[in-house]
Amino acid sequence: MTEPIVTFQNIHKSFGDVEVLKGINLDIKPAEKVAIIGPSGSGKTTIIRLLMTLEKPTSGDIIVDGKNLWKMDKNGKLVDANEKHLRQVRGDIGMVFQHFNLFPHMTILENCMTAPIHVKSEDKKTAKQRSIEMLEKVGLGDKLDNYPSQLSGGQKQRVAMARALVMRPKVMLFDEVTSALDPELVGEVLEVIRDIAKEGEMAMILVTHEMDFALDVADKVLFLDEGVIAEQGTASEVIEHSKNERLQSFLKRFRA
Amino acid sequence: MDNWSWEIFWDAFPVVLEGLGITVGLTFACYLFALIFGFVWTFLRRIPFKPLNWIVTWVMEFIRSTPPLVQLFFIYFAWPMVPVVGMTLSPFASAVLGLGLHFSTYIGEVYRSGIEGVEKGQWEASRALNFSTSQKWLKVILPQAIPPTIPMLGNYLIIMFKEVPLASTIGVVGILHMANSYGAQYWAYLEPLTIVAILFLVLSYPSAILISKLEKRMNRRFNKNEALNSSKGATT
Ligand SMILES: Nc1ncnc2c1ncn2[C@@H]1O[C@H](COP(=O)(O)OP(=O)(O)OP(=O)(O)O)[C@@H](O)[C@H]1O
Ligand SMILES: [Mg+2]
Repeated sequence: MTEPIVTFQNIHKSFGDVEVLKGINLDIKPAEKVAIIGPSGSGKTTIIRLLMTLEKPTSGDIIVDGKNLWKMDKNGKLVDANEKHLRQVRGDIGMVFQHFNLFPHMTILENCMTAPIHVKSEDKKTAKQRSIEMLEKVGLGDKLDNYPSQLSGGQKQRVAMARALVMRPKVMLFDEVTSALDPELVGEVLEVIRDIAKEGEMAMILVTHEMDFALDVADKVLFLDEGVIAEQGTASEVIEHSKNERLQSFLKRFRA
Repeated sequence: MDNWSWEIFWDAFPVVLEGLGITVGLTFACYLFALIFGFVWTFLRRIPFKPLNWIVTWVMEFIRSTPPLVQLFFIYFAWPMVPVVGMTLSPFASAVLGLGLHFSTYIGEVYRSGIEGVEKGQWEASRALNFSTSQKWLKVILPQAIPPTIPMLGNYLIIMFKEVPLASTIGVVGILHMANSYGAQYWAYLEPLTIVAILFLVLSYPSAILISKLEKRMNRRFNKNEALNSSKGATT
């Protein structure tokens, strides 16, 4: 048995009085591709944001590569993690956002090479070289000196992926990365994700409404419903053969 | 225009002009003070400790809603009489402190609007890429927060230039003070005060034009980003 790269242990998350996640337990193995599906408001984004440290769990533990994400050891006691600890653990995780969140004041190339240079202290030449290769891989080798505002939505999202990938995360998070795109641009972005998935070594968590894509890419699919994992299994078990009624009525909307 | 005398005008001109260095110098000194102290306000308000935020907001509100003239008088005349912390400052230093502090509250608001104008997603992306706090501010937030504030900051420079004559009331020898004492000495106010008005016009009008040009350029920049946002919005 390989050690999981990410573990959620009884994670609860409330916003004010509203409990959004009600005890999530989850193991993700290195290189495993996990798709999260579920109705709007079920807590999919929240799971991803907890892992990216954009939100803090109300209770429970998240373990990343053997290290507790939100807690650290201080004189033999577990206390709330400080920013230094968070930075150490967070380095293994990358994220692609629904709305890209590219830096508008930087060129495409600068968007990609800033973090390797300043966060990973890579020398400028290597970082530039690797960024260019990554941008070529996502099909944007001819846009290096353009600004984000000069690109289409699909191109922006591919830059965002390159920007996350040059940091070589062990886990990559995708939160509905195609749902802000015009329909005709969705394909090019999914294609890039498929390519990344095929290369293998990185674990991926994908929140998606594209069921065919999930069937194609995911090793495991989780159906999240009102803050609990209501169903999980291989993509085909969950999407094609589940008896869960709420899951079936959820899926029906995508088959229509 | 029986009372107008070109002779007096040209006689008074160099006298009034002598005060120009002090007026301009005081403007920039006040402005620098306000720019720095505005940062202090903004910083204090960002510390995540509610009682401190309330106090700071309240103090800013208090400073802003008292007339600058009263603040000047307080610092120059009343402060020396305050026990323990009281001290006597020169007219120039009192003016820098009084006007600088007053305007720092407005400048602090400008900084705040600049920072709040940066989209939430930019902060989140900085975190996702694991930037340190200083990298986040220097590489991502400030480069986006500062440009839109430049026209507003420029406007405050001009407004401040026009408020600086208040300092003549506590004896700062700027152009207004020079004009007044010339007037008192020769019983001729019309010409020296006209000179004051002309000097203000000559200096602030071109600056205002320059700033509105700058503003147009910044707007164009901003609209470029607007186009980016609305194309995002249209597809959601
Ligand atoms: N910062 C917040 N403050 C308050 N409530 C929040 C916050 N973030 C999320 N929520 C609430 O938590 C619930 C789950 O949100 P979440 O974004 O995780 O859902 P989701 O499954 O990603 O939905 P969608 O498919 O619409 O993206 C929703 O009811 C949402 O309103
Ligand atoms: Mg969501």
